[in-house]
Amino acid sequence: MTLIDYRNENPMVTDDAWTHVAEDAALPTDRPATLSLQRWKAAREELYGRNLSLGVRLESHERVEEILPDLPRLALIALDFPNLNDGRHFTTARLLRERYGFHGKIRATGQVLRDQIDPMRRCGFNEFELAENKDTASAITAFDEISVVYQPAADAQPTAAQLRHRQSGPTMAG
Amino acid sequence: MYKYDHLDNTLVRERAAQFRGQVARRISGELSEDEFKPLRLRNGLYLQLHSYMLRVAIPYGLLSSSQMRALARIARRYDRGYGHFTTRQNIQFNWVSLENTAEILDDLAAVEMHAIQTSGNCIRNTTTDQFAGVAADEIEDPRPWAEIIRQWSTLHPEFSFLPRKFKIAINGAPNDRAAIAVHDIGLSMLRGPNGETGFTVWVGGGLGRTPMLAKPIRDFLPGADLLSYLEAILRVFNIEGRRDNLYKSRIKILVSALGIDRFRDLVEAEWAHIRDSALRLEGREIARIRARFALPPYDANVDSGPFAAKRFEDAAFARWSAANLFPHKQPGHAAVTVSLKPVGGIPGDMTADRMDALADLADEYSHGEIRVTHRQNLVLAHVRQDRLFDLWRALDSLELATPNLMRVTDIIACPGLDFCGLATARSIPVAQRLSARLAEIDERHDLGELTINISGCINSCAHHHVAHIGILGLEKAGAESYQVTLGGSSAKDASIGKIIGRGFGADEIVAAIETIIVTWLELRHDGERFLDSLRRVGQTPFRDALYGQDSRTE
Ligand code: SF4
Repeated sequence: MTLIDYRNENPMVTDDAWTHVAEDAALPTDRPATLSLQRWKAAREELYGRNLSLGVRLESHERVEEILPDLPRLALIALDFPNLNDGRHFTTARLLRERYGFHGKIRATGQVLRDQIDPMRRCGFNEFELAENKDTASAITAFDEISVVYQPAADAQPTAAQLRHRQSGPTMAG
Repeated sequence: MYKYDHLDNTLVRERAAQFRGQVARRISGELSEDEFKPLRLRNGLYLQLHSYMLRVAIPYGLLSSSQMRALARIARRYDRGYGHFTTRQNIQFNWVSLENTAEILDDLAAVEMHAIQTSGNCIRNTTTDQFAGVAADEIEDPRPWAEIIRQWSTLHPEFSFLPRKFKIAINGAPNDRAAIAVHDIGLSMLRGPNGETGFTVWVGGGLGRTPMLAKPIRDFLPGADLLSYLEAILRVFNIEGRRDNLYKSRIKILVSALGIDRFRDLVEAEWAHIRDSALRLEGREIARIRARFALPPYDANVDSGPFAAKRFEDAAFARWSAANLFPHKQPGHAAVTVSLKPVGGIPGDMTADRMDALADLADEYSHGEIRVTHRQNLVLAHVRQDRLFDLWRALDSLELATPNLMRVTDIIACPGLDFCGLATARSIPVAQRLSARLAEIDERHDLGELTINISGCINSCAHHHVAHIGILGLEKAGAESYQVTLGGSSAKDASIGKIIGRGFGADEIVAAIETIIVTWLELRHDGERFLDSLRRVGQTPFRDALYGQDSRTE
């Protein structure tokens, strides 16, 4: 399976090195793997010290606050989008980046269309598994469609207001 | 008014190009209709009963004359020669084709306009007082703040897929002309102890199936913190709001489920994290935007003598002046409401020819500026009193001078079953028949301020709950049935109307409203408003008149 890897501000299509381990399947020993939140919570102690990259999958109603102490151990968090209308994980990603200081990969999974991946990127996602039958290769141009942003987010892009006043130092409202 | 800089321009052009790509992918079949729907909606494109409809954003209702001319060109080229102004101060084109939408968006972008977020589960057009900037009772012009909100909410990456649509209204005067109590967030401006700009913040108002008035969440929010506080509310809503049921996904349901105190605690806790972030507004950006709303140069020495004389000479002009003028903060000037409610007409509709003609009048009389009101009328906000008579004559010849603002023929109606795919009944023909009938009664009895709003389904786009007389078109056993509510208001004395009784058929509803008005006239004190009489006597006399005393249940 291929995915879009937005690394160092540079999107590319890559083969997926990760395995999403099903609820009752055995953990692979040679590949990085993600677990459901349930399974992670049950197995987190016994997985301690395991020399393998691990990740957790969160469904759209599951909260990242449940795994805050585990974040330093996790290399990837996969946030699932069951449909186009459920945008909760846009917030989750921003909190991971901006509040909880998570530096690992944040991956979007589920019903992901090219039309969402640029706002997702702005919220802190950097890997994108597109929905089935969607053309991953052509989707990487989606990041170039809108060049101006009005609001700060998890990305480093200066906002329109910041660009407008770039010449001089900041002042606060009086 | 706000003028785009190259950044604003770039964004709107890029968004138009992006949508062109989305349309092309739909036409090629790469996108299914299910996938395309949320994408087209967030760019204002609806599939109605007979055609696509494109809703164009008019941020806080403000238009230049050249933008109005562009709307006229679009109406001619891509629609059937007219457009429809909505209760959210936007305009809809009811007869566009999917293939043309990309071109329309390019035409709009050329005059700094777009259709971004005019529908869909995202932050919609921020609305405000149509007299912003010129109202004599104003604390501060809310439009720069509405523009600040527009920019922040435009393509907001985190809040593009909310549980449900989200509407913000802002009012700058003690008198509420923006109906803030029925919005997801309502902002009313005030001054802090040191004269600084701030807002009282209200949350959780809305109409629809479960009408509710907004509750106060913060008494004083400093201006610089506006965006961080809005972001905190939206973030709590995005995470906590329900997504399992369309009718329970608005923020009003969340606020009432948690209780305003618990909701406030969540928002304040979130706000504490982000208050001192880059969302904090810098004084120079506020100043930059404010400067773009500078008022036009007024003549300080307008002689209002001719205005008084003409009113004395011409009864029709006097009547129009009494109904459709609004006091201006600049002596010798007035804000003029241009009625889009001719007797028996379709509320809010305007032909391309009239759009062009009005654009010319705006240039000649009102510094080239036009405003759209949430009552589906237009406003020329800067007219010299000594030129009012000439303007009135010009408007009258265009049939745009019906003297009926806030009166019984100033009916607000949604498109209803004539266009809307969600409708359960027609609303436009009811509005037309009512208007024709009630104009006669008003002529004889001077009914004063009396608002009537008609929605074609429970989504309540015409805000019937907050009309003095509200009409909701439902479907009962295959036939239209119109439910009547009495006693709503969206002004400072906001209230939700109460249902009077069983509904009326399409052939009964006009007579029923007439019965209500005739009943009222019998018990009205001299010059009393319908709403005040109703609050004085209650619903019983009206119920008795409609259903007979035998039907009393109390
Ligand atoms: S109230 Fe109902 S019928 Fe009227 S425009 Fe809204 S959704 Fe359509």
